Amino acid sequence: MTDHARRRLLQWAGLTTVAAAAALAGCAKKEEPPAPAAQAPAAAPAPAPEALKAAWVYVGPIGDAGWTYAHDQGRKAVEAEFGDKVKTSYVEKVPEGADAERVIRDLAAQGNKIIFATSFGFMEPMVKVAAEFPDVKFEHATGYKTSANMNVYDIKLYQDAYVSGVLAGGMTKTNTIGFVGTFPIPEVLRNINAFSLGAQSVNPKVKTKVVWINTWFDPPKESDAAQSLVNGGADVLLQNTDSSAVLQTAEKNGKYAFGWDSDMSAVAPKAHLASNVVHWGPYYIKAVKDVLDGTWKGNQRTIWGAKEGTTEVVKMNEAIPEAVRKKAEEAEAGLKAGTLSPFTGPLSDNTGKERLASGQVAEQDWLDKVDFYVKGVEGKVPAGN
Amino acid sequence: MHELALLVAATLVAGTPLALAGLGLLVNERAGVLNLGAEGLMLVAAIGGFAVAHATGSDTLAFAAAAAAAAALAAGFGLLVIWLNTNQYATGLALTLFGYGFSAFVGVAYVGRKLAERAPFEVPGLAHIPFLGTALFRQHPMVYVTMGLALALAWFLFRSRAGLVLRAVGENPESAHALGYDVRWLRLAAVAFGGAMCGLAGAFLSVVYAPLWVEGLVAGRGWIALALTPFATWRPPRVLLGAYLFGGVTMLQFQLQGTALQISTELLAMLPYLATIAVLALISRNAAFIRINMPASLGRPFHPGS
Repeated sequence: MTDHARRRLLQWAGLTTVAAAAALAGCAKKEEPPAPAAQAPAAAPAPAPEALKAAWVYVGPIGDAGWTYAHDQGRKAVEAEFGDKVKTSYVEKVPEGADAERVIRDLAAQGNKIIFATSFGFMEPMVKVAAEFPDVKFEHATGYKTSANMNVYDIKLYQDAYVSGVLAGGMTKTNTIGFVGTFPIPEVLRNINAFSLGAQSVNPKVKTKVVWINTWFDPPKESDAAQSLVNGGADVLLQNTDSSAVLQTAEKNGKYAFGWDSDMSAVAPKAHLASNVVHWGPYYIKAVKDVLDGTWKGNQRTIWGAKEGTTEVVKMNEAIPEAVRKKAEEAEAGLKAGTLSPFTGPLSDNTGKERLASGQVAEQDWLDKVDFYVKGVEGKVPAGN
Repeated sequence: MHELALLVAATLVAGTPLALAGLGLLVNERAGVLNLGAEGLMLVAAIGGFAVAHATGSDTLAFAAAAAAAAALAAGFGLLVIWLNTNQYATGLALTLFGYGFSAFVGVAYVGRKLAERAPFEVPGLAHIPFLGTALFRQHPMVYVTMGLALALAWFLFRSRAGLVLRAVGENPESAHALGYDVRWLRLAAVAFGGAMCGLAGAFLSVVYAPLWVEGLVAGRGWIALALTPFATWRPPRVLLGAYLFGGVTMLQFQLQGTALQISTELLAMLPYLATIAVLALISRNAAFIRINMPASLGRPFHPGS
């Protein structure tokens, strides 16, 4: 379960019912190329169409930054890769819940052969529809349920956090760095721990302070949290919220911070050390290619990172000294080559308990269950999660 | 000591938008109109203020534009509930939903934009006093304006004749009407003023506090402001104190996380609301007290000539 996933879930749940209804009303179906007349449901064997139809279901509006924007960039990458062999379409602003099921069923009934649902809350609706359309391939982002015709995929954002940590460790003057966290779930804890480990890899004296805001979305609160970290002595900040509030607070205080999810360098030219971005394109291209080639397999869980080109740290600030930049680039290169793994033993948590033995590299199962701070992070993980 | 000063400073900033909106709603409610549209007004004002600040670089113009926009919108609400006697609760909720959608629609172009940098504000002569300077005298002027407004409104409502008339309209519109006061226009003026105050609060969030625009920026502060008026038993200085209390608790949550002190932040976050319920329960127990404090015709429509 990832922070994005949870975020979407809670963000939508938090809206008033009528606001949700308004969003529902605004849920607009958009097809890039004009769609042919709806075909019979795939249960009836349809003749192979000219172009493979692929569809995306988005939880938010595309906009020009953030989660849904990143997925749409991935869809465009598929178009660029396959040209007229593939016809893509998307539905944006689909609320998580009963309406999602209708949208996914519609898309399947219209002859789409592969459908991507890009938010955690689409998991159950997709599981249901997948059972009704055995000939259609279903792909769900950030979830955990698979079936013969349904796969899940995700990204290793903590790899970005690790590289950012290397930069933070090199840039901090107070030896204190800060993290504005949303909710203490494994995904976010992985990011905090990777950030801290990255910093410690270049500067063993670094301490990491964490402030939880217990919301996915509240920019003024995000700035408050960032400000309290700065007041507590932190001079490089990272966050896992979508807005640029933390970055702007850092700019105001003459400190450093990072962009998250998308390139935020324009928002705070002085404070911005680098942006942690995600690319869904490589996975989408692979999945569509598998369908075209007839090699698509169900029951798969795919989690890609820097090695496969899905996470990347971009736009490093010119002001970063050469030596620090070099170390960050080395880390990034190690992640890309697969020779570096942020969570490698010996690794102990901040109570001294050993979590990974010397030489042991974290398995997916371990990563799924992170519920502690590594050594160097101050405080205690809030209970209840 | 320095950290405490910073905490006080942050509390003043966090409380200011709540106080501005709360004071505006207090005037509304003193005139007998309940405006559940505060959140929507703040959102529209937030994007309006941000757009003006982005275009002109002037905070003053941004606040003026935001106040004007929100006052106009509130006046529209006023026409509906005062002249057409639509249900105040439903109309207010509709206003909130409208504000949510409208601000998101208008604001699309402003997501990710930034405002020109401004020098930090300092009160001349006082900003460099140890402790007090950091805690109190390095704020945006709007923080001080808000304090002044709270005192001015307290004077207006309880020491001036016009304030007495306004309260009469909220207590017993029939009597005010019989005395020759135009209840509907007075209520409209109060609603427009309340809107303007919500506008200042919205602009404070987007222009000074965040400072940025994203959809849903206000994030429920309009509702907190609505909870402030009963918490403050409809008294302006208490609204101000309540706003600082609510803001202070928010800041304290973050501050405590940095220390070894283990207090559940969820518990802290809950406290202001518990306090509101406790105050409501206390004043509601005492019939005389509720009569003294709560505007008697709050939320009730008025039909002249009936």
